[in-house]
Amino acid sequence: MIRLEKRPQPSGIWNAAAPVLAVLLTMVFGGLLFAALGNDPVEAIRTIFWDPLFGQFASFSRPQLLVKGGPLILIAVGLALGFRAGIWNIGAEGQYILGAICGAAVGLAFYPSEAWWLIYPLMIVAGALGGFLWAMIPGLLKVRFGTNEILVSLMLVYVAEQLLASMALGALRNPEGMGFPGSRNLAQHAGTANPEVIAGTGMHLGVATAFIVVILGYILLSRHLLGFHIRLTGESPRAAAFAGVNPGRLILICLGVSGALAGMAGLFEVTGPAAQISIDFNVGYGFTAIIVAFLGRLNPIGILLAGLLMALTYVGGEVASLMLGLPAAAIQLFQGMLLFFLLAVDVLTNYRIRIGRREVV
Amino acid sequence: MDLSAINPVVLVASLMVAATPILLAAVGELVVERAGVLNLGVEGMMITGAVCGFIVAVTTGSPLLGFVGAALGGALLSVLFGVLTQFLLSNQVATGLALTLFGLGLSALLGQGYVGVKSPTLSPVDLGPLSDLPVVGPILFAQDIIVYASLLLVAGVWAFLKFSRFGLILRAVGENHDAAHALGYHVIRVRMLAIMFGGACAGLGGGYLSLVRVPQWTEGMTAGAGWIALAIVVFASWRPWRLVLGAYLFGGVAVLQLNLQAAGIKVPVEILSMSPYLATILVLVIISVGRAPGSLGKPFHASG
Amino acid sequence: MTETLLGIEGLTKAYPGVVANENVSFSIKPGEVHALLGENGAGKSTLVKTIYGLVKPDAGRMTLMGAPFEPAEPRAARIAGVAMVFQHFSLFDALSVAENIALGMEDPPKPRDLARRIREVSETYGLPLDPARVVGDLSAGERQRVEIIRCLLQDPRLLIMDEPTSVLTPQEVAILFDTLRQLSAEGTAILYISHKLEEIRTLCDAATILRLGKVVGSCVPKETSAREMAEMMVGGSLHVPERHPAPPGETVLRLSGLSAPSPRAFGTALKDINLDVHRGEVLGVGGVAGNGQDELLGALSGEILVRPGMIEMEGRDIGRVRPNARRRLGVLAAPEERMGHAAAPDMSLTENAVLSAAVRKAMLARGFVRWGQARTYAKEVIAGFDVRTPGPENAARSLSGGNLQKFVIGREILQDPEVFVVNQPTWGVDASAAAAIRQAILDLASKDAAVIVISQDLDELMEISDRFAALNEGRLSAPRPAAGLTVDEIGLMLGGAHDMDVAHLDHAEAGA
Repeated sequence: MIRLEKRPQPSGIWNAAAPVLAVLLTMVFGGLLFAALGNDPVEAIRTIFWDPLFGQFASFSRPQLLVKGGPLILIAVGLALGFRAGIWNIGAEGQYILGAICGAAVGLAFYPSEAWWLIYPLMIVAGALGGFLWAMIPGLLKVRFGTNEILVSLMLVYVAEQLLASMALGALRNPEGMGFPGSRNLAQHAGTANPEVIAGTGMHLGVATAFIVVILGYILLSRHLLGFHIRLTGESPRAAAFAGVNPGRLILICLGVSGALAGMAGLFEVTGPAAQISIDFNVGYGFTAIIVAFLGRLNPIGILLAGLLMALTYVGGEVASLMLGLPAAAIQLFQGMLLFFLLAVDVLTNYRIRIGRREVV
Repeated sequence: MDLSAINPVVLVASLMVAATPILLAAVGELVVERAGVLNLGVEGMMITGAVCGFIVAVTTGSPLLGFVGAALGGALLSVLFGVLTQFLLSNQVATGLALTLFGLGLSALLGQGYVGVKSPTLSPVDLGPLSDLPVVGPILFAQDIIVYASLLLVAGVWAFLKFSRFGLILRAVGENHDAAHALGYHVIRVRMLAIMFGGACAGLGGGYLSLVRVPQWTEGMTAGAGWIALAIVVFASWRPWRLVLGAYLFGGVAVLQLNLQAAGIKVPVEILSMSPYLATILVLVIISVGRAPGSLGKPFHASG
Repeated sequence: MTETLLGIEGLTKAYPGVVANENVSFSIKPGEVHALLGENGAGKSTLVKTIYGLVKPDAGRMTLMGAPFEPAEPRAARIAGVAMVFQHFSLFDALSVAENIALGMEDPPKPRDLARRIREVSETYGLPLDPARVVGDLSAGERQRVEIIRCLLQDPRLLIMDEPTSVLTPQEVAILFDTLRQLSAEGTAILYISHKLEEIRTLCDAATILRLGKVVGSCVPKETSAREMAEMMVGGSLHVPERHPAPPGETVLRLSGLSAPSPRAFGTALKDINLDVHRGEVLGVGGVAGNGQDELLGALSGEILVRPGMIEMEGRDIGRVRPNARRRLGVLAAPEERMGHAAAPDMSLTENAVLSAAVRKAMLARGFVRWGQARTYAKEVIAGFDVRTPGPENAARSLSGGNLQKFVIGREILQDPEVFVVNQPTWGVDASAAAAIRQAILDLASKDAAVIVISQDLDELMEISDRFAALNEGRLSAPRPAAGLTVDEIGLMLGGAHDMDVAHLDHAEAGA
C-alpha cells in the first residue's frame, strides 16, 4: 500500500526538482496526446521545444520568446505576491485590458504630438493606474464586505472585455480607420511606440521592465519585511495577525501591485506587439500567467524561467501548428497539463512516499 | 425602441431555460462544498460537459444520450481534480484553476470538428392541455425535461442533505474532517463521491448549454457560467433552495438584457452584455452572511 | 472478579523516528476504573487509538471478553462495545446536539426517538442537554456532555475517556466522577487517561503507568501517593519552581470595562473586564476552555482592537494600538496555539524569531529584515531555553511540542517585556519542559515585569500565581490572593457546576 508521510521540513531538493519533473512528464504525456492526434510525438516535441531555439528559423523565433515571455513574467510576478499571501487575483486579464485602454487613451489624447519623452511615461503611469484601479474593486470589496476576490476579479474580466469592445468600436476608434474597429496604430506613431531596447532581440521596454520587476520582487520577498509578511500571511493567517500584519492593508497592496503590473503589461503590449486597441488584442496572457506563477514556484527567479518556458510553448506551438498542422487547442491543453503535473509532483516537497509497511497485526 | 415587444410570460419561461445550466452546475458545487471541498474548476467541467454532450448527441442522434455523455465527461474531469486534491494533497484553489484552463483546452481540441454542426435538441415535454393554460402554461408546463429534472435535483439534494444518514455524514465531513475521521468515517471516500457528483452536475449544465440553450458548439461557449454558478453557491449560503432563487435571478438578468438588446433600447450593447457579470458582483457584495462549511478548502491528511 | 474484559499483550506501534508503544501489556476487568497515566508523548493516545480502531498496531494482540479483538476501524470497535470520549476533534460546531450524537452511533434511531432517548439518558446521569441546540453555541462542559451521552447511548462495555477533566470546573469534575462511578457500578469498565494524579487517586481502582512508550509500572492509586506516581511517570524526581515573593509594585496595566466581540464564529465575547496588574506579580487567570481566553489574549496582544480607554499601559491608552506598537511599549504575548498562531509551522526558527521580535530586537533597517540579527537572536533563544533542535534554520514544525513551546516563550521573555501575557504556557508539554517554563515566568516577574498567565491547569496557577482571577463566559472575577484559596472557592469563581446536576440514581453515592 502506498501512503504519504509528512516530512518534518519541506524538501529543498524537491522544491527545485518538481518543476523539472513536471515538464518531463508533460513532454511524455503531451507526446502521447500528439500521437493520438496523428502526429509523430518526437517530432512534435522537438518542434515545440527545440526548433524555436535552435532550428532553421530560430533567428525569427528567438526574439518572440522575449516578446511573449515579457508580459507573462511581468503579470506572474505580481500574481505570485498575492498567491503567496493566499490572495487570489485571477482577473489579471481584466486588469491587463484596463491598463491597455487607459494607457492608450492617454497616448491618443496627445495625438498627433510626437513628444515621446513626455507622452510615453504618462502612458505607463496611466496603464499601471488603470490596472491598479481595476484590481482595487475586488480588493476594496473584499476588505469592506468580505466578498470573494476570486469571483469578483474574474467577473471583472468579462466586464473588461465588454468595455474593450465598446472602446475599440467607440471612443478610441481610429477616426481615419474607415469604420474598421480598433484604434490608431500606436506602435507606428513616434509619440506612443514601445521601442525595442536592443534592436532585433524582441527586448522591448516591457520586457526590460519585467526583468527589473523580477529583481525587485525577489528582493521584496527575501529581504523586506513586507515580503516576510506576505509569506507569513500565506503560511498561517493567525500567526500573521499575531505578528502585527494588517490583513486589509496586505490585501490591497497585493491586489494593487498585481493589478498595476498587469496594467503595465497591457500598455506595453498595446503599444508594441499588438500595436493597437482592438476587440481581441488580448490573447489570455492574464490566465497563462497563473500557470507561469505556479510553475515558477511563486518565486520571481523561478517565474523568469517559467515565463520563458511558457513563451517557448507558445512560439513552438505556433511553429508546430504551421509545420505539422497541430491544432492551437492542443497547445492550450499542453499548458494545462503542465500545471496539473506540477501540482501533482508538488506533493513530494512536503511528503515522502512510503510503500508497504502498514500491515495489520 | 419598442419595449412592448417584450412579453413577460415568454420572458419568465425563457429565463428558466437561461438559468438551468447554472442551476445544475451550482447544485453540484453545493454538494462538493458541503463536503468541505472547494472546486473552482466548475467552468472547465461545464465546458467539457458541453463538448462531450454535443459530440455524443450528434453521433448518436439522441439528445438524452448526449446528456449522459455530458455528465460522464464532467465527472471524469472532476476525478482528476479529486485525485490531485484528495490523494496528492494539492492546493484546491490552484488545482481548480488548473482544471478550468485544462478543460477549456481539452474542449477546444475535442470540439474541433463540430463547430457549426447542428445537434438534435430537446423538445418541450408534452403535458397536453396544461401547456395551453394562459400564463402558467408556457411557464410551468411547456419546458423541456431537463428544466424539470434540475428542479427535482435541487429537491433531491435538499432532502438528501437534510434527512439522509449519508447526507449527515457528508455535512459532518465538510464541517470538521478531523472529527469525522476520529469517528471512523472515510473522509476521502465521501469527498471523492461528492466531487464526482459535482463534476457530473457541471457536465449536465454544460450539456444543456450546447444541446438546448444555444444549441451549437463554439469554443469557450460557457463564458463564465461556471464562475457564476460558484458565486450563486455563496449567494445561497450553501442552502439548496436559495440556489433556485439565485439562478433564476441571474437568468432573469441575462434574458432581460438580451430582450432589451433586441428591442433596441438606447443603452450601449456592451453595457447590457456586462450586466449579468455586474449583477453577480452586486449579489456577492450584498449577500455575504452565510457561514461556510468549517473545513471548506482545507487539505485533509490523516496522520497515524 | 477475575475475568478480564480487555486484555492487551505485547502491543507495539512505531512511527518513523519514534516508537509510540513498545510491548505494552495490561488488562481491564469489567466495571473497573482503570487509569492510564503518563506524560505527553508517553504513548497514551496511540494506545487508546489502537483500542478504538484508529491505529493499527505493528505487533501484539488484544482480546475483548476472551475473544480476539482487532478493530479495523472505529465502527468495529463501537460494535464490539468500546466507546470513546475524545479530548479534542470529535464534535461538529455547525450541527445540532442530536446530529452530533447520531454521527457517533452505529444505527441511530429516528430523529424523534433519538431526541427522546437523549433526554432520558441525560436525566438519568445528571447531564442536562437540549438535543436541538447547535453544538458551537455550547460551553466546554456541555460539549463534553454531548460526547459522554453519545457514548452512553450505545451501552458500552468499555468507555475510554481522554483527559476529560481538563475542560471542567472542580464542581463539574465531582459530578462527572459520580456519573462514572455509577457507570462502573453498572458494570461498565472505564479506561481513564489523565496526568492529574489526585483525580486518579480519588476515582480509579487500578493504574498502568507509561513512559516513552513502555509500561513502567502499575499500582493501586488509592494506596499510592501522588509523589510516587509522579516519579514513576517522569522517571526521576521533579524540579519544583522556586519563587522569591516580592511586595507588589506599581500598577502597569489597567483594564477598565474591557468588552469586545469575538472575531471567530462560536467564540466568546469579552464582557466588562476590570483589572489592575502590578509590576513584579504573576496574575493567574483560570477558566474552563472556551470562556474567552483566546479573546483576552488577543485584546491584550493587539490582535483584537478595542474601544479607547479600555486598556491603559502606564496611563497611556493602548486599546487602539496595533501589535507591533504594543511590543515597542513592552507588552508581549504568547498565544495558546503554537502551530499556526504563535509560530508559523513551515517557516524556520529564524523566520519565527522575526515574527514577534523584529521591533524590539533591532531586526529591521529601513523596512529590510536583518537576517543575521534574526539568526543570532534565534540562536540566543535556543541556547537560553534549552530548545532541542539542530539549529535555527530548521522548520518550526520539526520541533516537538515542548521544544517549540520553549522557543515561543523564550522568544518573548528574552525581549525583556514590561507586561507579558501567556495563554496555556505548558499545555501538552512534558514535565521537565513545563517546570523550566514556569521557572522562567517566575524569574521574569522577579525582574519587575507584570505577568498574566492564562491557564486551564489550576495546579499550575496555584503554584506560580500571586493573585488569581477566573474567566467565565467572557467575564473576569475580581482577583484574589492565590495563597489560601481552596479548591471549592476556585470552583465557584470558575462558575461552579454550570447547571449540571448530580446523577439521579440512589446508588450513585454508594459506589463512591
